[in-house]
Amino acid sequence: MIDYLRRNAGARRAALIGPAMMVIGVFMLVPIGLMAYVSVLERGEYGGVEWQSLSLDAYASFFFERELDGTLVVNTDYLQIFARSFGLSAVTTVLALLVGFPTALYMALQPERYRNLLVFLVTIPFWTNLLVRNYAWILLLRNNGLIDGALARLGITSEPIDVLYTPLAIGIGLTYSFLPFMVLPIYASLEKLDFRLVEAAFDLGADRTRALARVVIPLAMPGIVAGSILVFIPCLGAYVTPELLGGSKSMMIGNLIQAQFGASRNWPFGAALAFALLALVLGAMMIYALKVRRGTSEARA
Amino acid sequence: MGNVRAAIEAAGVTKVFPSARGEVRALDDATLTIGEGEFFTLLGPSGCGKTTLLRLIAGFEQPTAGELWLYGDPLAGLPPFKRPVNTVFQNYALFPHLSVARNVAFGLEMQRVERTRIDARVREMLELVQLGELAERRPAQLSGGQQQRVALARALATGPKVLLLDEPLSALDLKLRKEMQVELKRLQLETGITFVFVTHDQEEALTMSDRIAVMDAGRILQVGTPGEIYEHPANRFVAGFIGESNFLEAECVAADGAGARFRIGGGAELTSEEGGGCAPGAAVTLAVRPERVELAAGDDGIEATVSNVVYFGTDTHYHLQISGGGTLLVREQNRGGAERRFQRGDAVRARVPARALRVLSTP
Repeated sequence: MIDYLRRNAGARRAALIGPAMMVIGVFMLVPIGLMAYVSVLERGEYGGVEWQSLSLDAYASFFFERELDGTLVVNTDYLQIFARSFGLSAVTTVLALLVGFPTALYMALQPERYRNLLVFLVTIPFWTNLLVRNYAWILLLRNNGLIDGALARLGITSEPIDVLYTPLAIGIGLTYSFLPFMVLPIYASLEKLDFRLVEAAFDLGADRTRALARVVIPLAMPGIVAGSILVFIPCLGAYVTPELLGGSKSMMIGNLIQAQFGASRNWPFGAALAFALLALVLGAMMIYALKVRRGTSEARA
Repeated sequence: MGNVRAAIEAAGVTKVFPSARGEVRALDDATLTIGEGEFFTLLGPSGCGKTTLLRLIAGFEQPTAGELWLYGDPLAGLPPFKRPVNTVFQNYALFPHLSVARNVAFGLEMQRVERTRIDARVREMLELVQLGELAERRPAQLSGGQQQRVALARALATGPKVLLLDEPLSALDLKLRKEMQVELKRLQLETGITFVFVTHDQEEALTMSDRIAVMDAGRILQVGTPGEIYEHPANRFVAGFIGESNFLEAECVAADGAGARFRIGGGAELTSEEGGGCAPGAAVTLAVRPERVELAAGDDGIEATVSNVVYFGTDTHYHLQISGGGTLLVREQNRGGAERRFQRGDAVRARVPARALRVLSTP
């Protein structure tokens, strides 16, 4: 066996790639295939699916609702949930960027021996369960909670702030949850940045703002893009935060999908929703990748 | 200097950096004047404070004490982006995300110059450094010498009053360095801009500069033309750092207005045109350049034995052991080809002309 591998380069390559392919196959392709299959089945009478049926009803019910008399009526409820998810994810990404970039820049500007400590501090929230941390936000945001109470006592507000169970609460919670995913990639690219380039910019007449805009941000762009993707995409599928901090009127895709597999017992629709989300994310990523490739080929030309 | 305007004046400039063990006095009481249009070199070993002085002029650091003026205007408190002074950095510090043309345009864009005028100026600058055809390349696609030229073009584009160059040639190989030395000198003459050049390479300093400030341990030891510094080093450090020198410990024998006589270990007596004020019996250090010592077989001069002969092609170095103790290095040009006048072990006499013998103040 070993001798055979030694002599045969093709077999050697296959043996090396094998484990990775197996992990991807068993843990990714099989579940996704299963989901795809479920999404084109009919829902079972008491939950689950009819394994022998085949139907695109699940995808249709994304846009249409079947009236009692059998006619299809356009239904925008689900589209609204998708739109809200994308909107909230975009807002979260922007907020995380606004908070994360200065944080990462501050970290990168510290003496080397403090930097690792700061990176360590950024990762501390990961030590606690996401659920627990989101419960903590309920205590912070609710009326008569820490923030509301403090504001009232300081005389800044006279009415309850009514933040909990609103999209704003979800935005705050998501920004908090995903902030490290923004800070760390940006920090990684800023840490590599040669700050003598900033000196060169100053030297050539750029003040702080323009040195930031013309030199630091462009050079941190790979980190900014990576961080934004790492925040935006998990946000789209967020479940815990909107479940705990959002109200009934601020459902996101994740909660909708969960409901289909849970209370609504509509597995095919849940699977179809998951697929729609996957398709949208893949589509967005592909457009981005094409844009980047065109950008770099233009720069080379 | 005469009636030339002062481009940069420094008075008592001191820079102290805090460090783990107390503080480091990077620059100590530096006072000098750099004239308009001069090619002025700050020369010294690493850590002598030359780069610190440059960074103080550029505005990247603020002096702990003392004052700096640019064309008579005090520089104190002025941030780097408000100083009409540009820097060519040691590592070039070109913006990797911008093309060569955009790098050169950067300073002009910061001054909000009109686009058409920027384009014209960028072309002009790239012509000046002979890089016109590479305008759209990225810095990473250029060789070290080309990057160097881009850095120069970028720093010159805004027409700074003073150009600061921080060891700009140290990253280049020898051949390219020689080319760039000529190139830099040409640019300085063509643009008429005052160049303040930092280097640790004494040959670079001698060949390029109008004047040199020799620095060591944060202090300016001597300021002068290359000829003055080489021929009349102020102290032992300067004599040793600029070119090679033989140092001889001696005792003053007699002195008058025209010079002095000294006795070195072993009894040989040397005459100098300097040191007229020395008190008989006083200990002094004498210095003489290896190429100024003459070797002969006769019987006047310092008695010595050839301990080593090193052939360099253009010249030959003779290492001599002085009979009374001490060594002497003698350099002779090989006018007669590879033939050597003396061999290892030969007894020779070394003569030092009175004009070539320097009497040094203690360092």
